[in-house]
Amino acid sequence: MRAAPRRPVPPDLDCVLVPTSPDAVRVDGLVKRYGRVEAVRGLDLVARPGAVTAVLGPNGAGKTTTVECCEGLRSPDGGTVRVLGLDPVADARALRPRVGVMLQDGGLPSTVPAGEVLRHVASMYARPRPLDELGDRLGLGSFARTQVRRLSGGQRQRLALAAAVVGRPEVAFLDEPSAGLDPQSRIAVWDLVRELRDDGTAIVLTTHQMAEAEQLADHVVVVDGGRAVAAGTPGGLVGGAGQTTAGTLRLTVVPVRAPADTRPAAATWAGALGASLERAGVVARVDADPRRADALEVHAQVDPGLVRLVTAWADDTGLLVTSLAAGPRTLEDVFLELTGRSLR
Amino acid sequence: MTGPTTGPTAAAWPPASGHAGAAPWYRRVTAQAGLEMRTVLRNGEQLVITLVLPVLLLVVLTRTTAVDLGTGDRIALVAPGVLALAVMSAAFTSQAIATGFDRRNGVLRLLATTPLGRTGLLAGKALGIAAVQAVQMAVLVVVAVVLGWRPVASGVPAAVVLVVLGTTAFTALALLVAGTMRAEAVLAVANLVWVLLLAGGAVLLPADLLPAPLGAVAQLLPSGALGGGLRAALTGGELPAGPVVVLTAWTVGAGALTARLFRWS
Repeated sequence: MRAAPRRPVPPDLDCVLVPTSPDAVRVDGLVKRYGRVEAVRGLDLVARPGAVTAVLGPNGAGKTTTVECCEGLRSPDGGTVRVLGLDPVADARALRPRVGVMLQDGGLPSTVPAGEVLRHVASMYARPRPLDELGDRLGLGSFARTQVRRLSGGQRQRLALAAAVVGRPEVAFLDEPSAGLDPQSRIAVWDLVRELRDDGTAIVLTTHQMAEAEQLADHVVVVDGGRAVAAGTPGGLVGGAGQTTAGTLRLTVVPVRAPADTRPAAATWAGALGASLERAGVVARVDADPRRADALEVHAQVDPGLVRLVTAWADDTGLLVTSLAAGPRTLEDVFLELTGRSLR
Repeated sequence: MTGPTTGPTAAAWPPASGHAGAAPWYRRVTAQAGLEMRTVLRNGEQLVITLVLPVLLLVVLTRTTAVDLGTGDRIALVAPGVLALAVMSAAFTSQAIATGFDRRNGVLRLLATTPLGRTGLLAGKALGIAAVQAVQMAVLVVVAVVLGWRPVASGVPAAVVLVVLGTTAFTALALLVAGTMRAEAVLAVANLVWVLLLAGGAVLLPADLLPAPLGAVAQLLPSGALGGGLRAALTGGELPAGPVVVLTAWTVGAGALTARLFRWS
């Protein structure tokens, strides 16, 4: 483990300059490199007590690295990280009893029975949560005597969550808590997370599941390429101030008189439709659906006028509209707009 | 949206129930030591290498004459060697494999975030190894005495010193292997080293039973130093200087390298 870089301001002076912050977690300009790869490049993040903050991003966006810097497992190469006003590396001893951690790879000893793992983690705390109650909440009883290596992915996730919260943390970092869970387990996990939040715990969770962020988060930070590219409430991100699009029109088309060698060209049509809508004075963005060569998505204020303009363009272009569906803008739409469609 | 609005006023702060606080340090360390010890004693492969094989070797080498030991008092030669082998098994092979897989599975990182911390984790491991060795020594000494072993009583304190030194040297080597290699490589190396040192490391049988150049080298290995030292202590009743120097040097060297190179993830 490398030594922590010198902080620009001595800790005692720091306290004088910065008044006590109500933020449970505050990350400013975090930079973290692995060799020559810059995994996190100036990331900002704030998490408040009594709130669920979701760090949403594609694979490799820097979510886990950021959370590990907050947990004191990695030392930042730049920027500052404060958890409960303390430095996660320098003040680790003071923070450990107050912070709960669920790692993405579990961190559970493979040959130890599940029940013993939880008892063991609980024994590190003076006044842990009652194990029976926690076991019932997360359905751990049925596999308490099973070694960790024989548990299913969902059982491991639930055990890891139990270990993260058994010490009644003031801040809980949960790295992809719902990965691999069946719907019943997911509901149990979400209920527990909401209850912790209502009790005042600050919860920071990473996810790439839109449903999780929409259902669970009070605050979403979208991360891409090692930076926070957007932050706000899920509702604010989807339709809030400054947003020009409030819905999505999805359509599939086929050429009316297709020459034998002509294949659907959604990318070409998307450009043409976008230009046509612009001429009509409609603020819209048209995407080709990467999954289907004949599908288009129009992100705009969805109203009857838009439908008329789109179908008129199809008629003029010699295209038959084979399906058309209008829907509200979702967090996934926002996410893809912000982070692009290229595969990671 | 189902949640309340965010903000410091939305909920009690700090949480109404308060955090659980850390357990006293001795409770954390003994809990970790207990987990480490139970993991070894519960795990079949670990139990074979730390206890079953040493007992088998003790019985077979004492009760059969298939291997010529060049002495009539076989148990006096074999028993200290088996004790040394047991130390090597528990402190090196078993510990390297356990730590290597715990490292790969993120166990070291997760425990480091609990009030146990990294220091507590290392202290717990050390205490756990000591507990496993107490069990090993008790079982092996009882079996050896039943087989007719009568060690020199005045050499017992020296033997204890050598066992402690040997344990620290082998544990430092175990953590060096476990903290720098992939888990699968740790498994291979830890087992291979155990077999090689058993065959040519003068741990079980004296260096003078090995071919001359190998015998000289073996006395400088931690295996040969521990085995030779225990044989000298428990048959001659003295604390030999050579093995003490060799084991101390291995502890310091491997310890320094481990402190520099050990990776927690």
